[in-house]
Amino acid sequence: MLTLTCPCCGVIAEETEFAPGGEAHLKRFGPGSSDDEFEGYLFARKNPKGVHFERWRHAYGCGKWFLAARDTNTLEVFATYKAQTTEPPADVIAKIKAKRPDWEGYK
Amino acid sequence: MKRYSMFAVAREAMRFHRGWERAWRSPEPEKRYKVIVVGAGGHGLATAYYLGKVHGITDVAVIEKGWLGGGNTGRNTTIIRSNYLQDPSAAIYEKARALYEDLSQDLNYNVMFSPRGLLMLGQTEHEVRGYKRTVHANRLQGIDTEWIGPQQVKDLVPIINIDGPRYPVLGALLQKRGGTARHDAVAWGYARACSDMGMDIIQKCEVTGVRTEGGKVQGISTSKGEIDCEQLAIVVAGHSSVMAEMAGFRLPIESVALQAWVSEPIKPCMDVVVMANTVHGYMSQSDKGEMVIGGGTDGFNNYTQRGSWHHVEETTRALVETFPIISRLKMLRQWGGIVDMTGDRSPILSKTPVEGIFVNCGWGTGGFKAIPGSGYGMAELIARGHSPLTDQFGLDRFKEGRFIDESVAAGVAH
Repeated sequence: MLTLTCPCCGVIAEETEFAPGGEAHLKRFGPGSSDDEFEGYLFARKNPKGVHFERWRHAYGCGKWFLAARDTNTLEVFATYKAQTTEPPADVIAKIKAKRPDWEGYK
Repeated sequence: MKRYSMFAVAREAMRFHRGWERAWRSPEPEKRYKVIVVGAGGHGLATAYYLGKVHGITDVAVIEKGWLGGGNTGRNTTIIRSNYLQDPSAAIYEKARALYEDLSQDLNYNVMFSPRGLLMLGQTEHEVRGYKRTVHANRLQGIDTEWIGPQQVKDLVPIINIDGPRYPVLGALLQKRGGTARHDAVAWGYARACSDMGMDIIQKCEVTGVRTEGGKVQGISTSKGEIDCEQLAIVVAGHSSVMAEMAGFRLPIESVALQAWVSEPIKPCMDVVVMANTVHGYMSQSDKGEMVIGGGTDGFNNYTQRGSWHHVEETTRALVETFPIISRLKMLRQWGGIVDMTGDRSPILSKTPVEGIFVNCGWGTGGFKAIPGSGYGMAELIARGHSPLTDQFGLDRFKEGRFIDESVAAGVAH
């Protein structure tokens, strides 16, 4: 079972205490954007086999949204971090690079 | 290819079964094919089969990373039904169900299609209304389903508990010609027929890249070398996003794990398929006597082919309430597959931004039942450029907001 650490309240808990929220760091497109951009924002997903940045909510705990870096191929969680950021922080990237030297980086 | 028949069995019985031949060839890839299908699961093999049978295109290779039928084709719960609400879904699933009826004769391979009947239980007022609506829609679509009351459910399924306590059975949607088939045999039967038409099925050959030039497909790079093609069909279910990235586009798909498990074999006790979507579980009895159980998907992206334990617990707990007799059963095996979920829970059978590349994916949790119809429509799409079965399932529907929303409409389990 997946175990996550909530960066907001510090609780380490099993996945049943959290609710998954899909891909993180989506760039939002609203009124005025093109159809392609809006479609991409709503539906197109990276869905990588490997390092994935995703949203979670501590549903049965503090209730806060946060982000996680996880390997979808091994279920290894590299780090969890607060949601108030538009891209993964440098220390999270460094942690992933240390464990996955071949990883091509966040894009 | 030697045909399988009663006489063949009798003949081989007389000579110590030394005359059986391999069901399909295992050739090395050639330099070039007209059509390459990536993925030798049910959908990929069916696509190849109908390309040859209906459209006369036999210069086809089916490329498979692992072994034939080793992905979701060998990991599902083998349920076949076509009681969908929306017209495009009903059309393709009913086409598939109808093809299953005589698939064994068509392929000369016993796929053990067993139209034993399928029940979808209504356990809340909302669900009852939803299924009655589906029955009415099915009547207009020419699909044979009916609504039956709780006592008829009890008569069909004596082991069921219709009195609750939490979710009493208020009735059920019955599709009499729904049922099950032998999942491996579907893949094997199609593979044998494809090989017989001269198609190459190349196993243990991983695709590592897709070569395009000027927005047109040129070929693929594989662990067995470069192979050129005019048309490329990507039929790889959970790994569709990985293949799409190689070809340079993104898909509206997320891959998640879906699980199933079976009990120890017991004497025949239930001769229909029962789906209980409110409590999130479904069950049928295999010909070996095992109770085959499936439940819900995990909510997070996953490529590991194993799911989270709490889903097993949740579904088994729900089914024990519905079928008290299974409470003492031991579970024998549990496994997971990677399913490709789209935003509207309907599949994608479509051209792509790259000319010559087609995708058949997004079947999510319900792909097995659709195999023949999916292959039939996909073959037509590749050979003719469009197909009445697949026209509504294009990638462009996401941009146009023209969804085929089965996630709430059909009351499917996920």
